[in-house]
Amino acid sequence: MNRHLLFLLPLATLALMAGFFAWSLLAGRDPASIGSVLVGRPAPRLEVKALREAEPPLTDALLKSGKPVIVNFFASWCTPCLAEHPLFARLAERDGAVIIGIAWKNKPEEARAWLKRLGDPYKFAGADLEGRTGLDWGLSGVPETYLVDGQGIVRRHFRGPITERDVNETIMPFLKGAK
Amino acid sequence: MKRLVALLLATLLVAPALAVEPSEMLPDPALEGRAREIGRELRCVVCQNQSIDDSAAEVARDMRRAVRERLSAGDKDEQVFAYMVARYGDYVLLKPPFKAGTWALWLGGPLVLLVAGGALLIAARRRKLPVAPAPLSEEEQRRLAALLDR
Repeated sequence: MNRHLLFLLPLATLALMAGFFAWSLLAGRDPASIGSVLVGRPAPRLEVKALREAEPPLTDALLKSGKPVIVNFFASWCTPCLAEHPLFARLAERDGAVIIGIAWKNKPEEARAWLKRLGDPYKFAGADLEGRTGLDWGLSGVPETYLVDGQGIVRRHFRGPITERDVNETIMPFLKGAK
Repeated sequence: MKRLVALLLATLLVAPALAVEPSEMLPDPALEGRAREIGRELRCVVCQNQSIDDSAAEVARDMRRAVRERLSAGDKDEQVFAYMVARYGDYVLLKPPFKAGTWALWLGGPLVLLVAGGALLIAARRRKLPVAPAPLSEEEQRRLAALLDR
């Protein structure tokens, strides 16, 4: 064996590490991402009282109507929720999406006032004051958004605010394809 | 000076502050003890490397409450862990399980140690012992004697 080949070992190590870092950067690897175990599985149970007065509580039946639904956890105290709010307004108005909004750890009167001020895109709205529904849905915070198909299977889980790109590349194809 | 030393020593005895609030605790000390054991093994999902017992995050508090509710309902410890994994995945376990996706994580360290240790051992065996220098020739002996005599 040529002993001089051993001198290439540090260089090879460097190349290996550089390759890994380049891949991490280019492929958008996010070591902080906690992923979601819900995708591909039936949606967790939905059992939450209504946010708006004089409306019946939200139940699992809403998730198995045969039509795809978007489930969005939000709060009036959450700034990224404010940022993504216009996208939901457009999805509801222009695209006729069925959106279920759940106010997480948010006083109902404050959530209602927030929706009154900004517009209410939610066909159904729930109030999860204590975060119990959130825990069942594997929520880490707000905003988070789930795409649930007509059979009640979770197809996508966004942690953090949705963007225009998510709408165009994921949500619109989902709404069209699942119908 | 003595007082300062006493003060410094006293700081060593202080237990690290927990985020668990008295109002969250269970009245039964045995159950609460199990809840603490479990809480130390569960990772807060928004703080990366803090257990739910150490974290003041909203979600961590909800998780602590859920742990206590499950225990009060009669769940075994494994059932409580399963409950959390079903919602948050293996990420929620501070000690990841040994399975297909994590074998490199568990075996990587020992493997590197084995390979490196083996390489070192082989290298050490191959290394030749230093050869004893040849004895001085007569000519050299004479020169040495001449130098020492001077």
